[in-house]
Amino acid sequence: MTSGADPVGVAEAIDPDVDLHVPAQRAETAGGHKWPVLAAISAGGAVGACARHGATLLWPSPEGTFPWALFWVNVAGCALIGVLMVLVSEGGRTAPALVRPFLGVGVLGGFTTFSTYALDFSGLLEREEAGIALAYAVGTLAGAMGAVWLAASVTRAALNRTAAP
Amino acid sequence: MNWLLVVVGAAVGAPLRYLTDRAVQARHDSVFPWGTFVVNAAGSLVLGAVAGASVSSPAYALLGTGLCGALTTYSTFSYETLRLAERGWRFLAVANAAASVLVGLGSVFLGLELARALTA
Repeated sequence: MTSGADPVGVAEAIDPDVDLHVPAQRAETAGGHKWPVLAAISAGGAVGACARHGATLLWPSPEGTFPWALFWVNVAGCALIGVLMVLVSEGGRTAPALVRPFLGVGVLGGFTTFSTYALDFSGLLEREEAGIALAYAVGTLAGAMGAVWLAASVTRAALNRTAAP
Repeated sequence: MNWLLVVVGAAVGAPLRYLTDRAVQARHDSVFPWGTFVVNAAGSLVLGAVAGASVSSPAYALLGTGLCGALTTYSTFSYETLRLAERGWRFLAVANAAASVLVGLGSVFLGLELARALTA
């Protein structure tokens, strides 16, 4: 599976949570470093999950309707990870040790969710709202991919512009 | 009260995702993001079971909204899929998107049916 393009950049993370191909991330849990990293992820996850919980309480979706709150939570979280990873991981850029664990793994990982997305889809199907279920499943995937691509592209362009003389 | 349970569940779920991802990668070296794939499938299975067991509202806040919510992730999944496509692994990107969604949905159905069968 490792055949393909770009062997030079192989030390740049693909998995934003943790990518053991990146030496600094592989060493992240060595010895005493482990506990601050896990604590940062834990705290970030709590913050992100509360924001998601708050969003679904503020904008509840009656059963059988399109789960708009969770749709926007997931799309927004994907846009934000696109910005974050460009800033802290790509192009040789780095950040203080706990920034990615707290903001990326914790806050954004806890904010967005895959399991409720899947459960809402099955709930719509069981209510025989197949059209809404399919629109939600495909729409979230398309929205998430569009958001992460657009946000990463805009952030890279902005960095290139400021880097140019 | 439910807020506190969401906090506790997520405070466990998020580091559990990180540690599981590390453990999967350490045993299975691949550019395909198996770690995230595994947590999303497992979290969907557990959430299906939690929902299928018709647990109380506090239990759902702890295990569903908190634990499974933070264990699984859409942001990580979207960025790794983007990176696979951008780095030339287009097939792996499409395979990750399709397999994650299909397996996630299948897992939730499996969890629901298992819990309903056991609690019926």
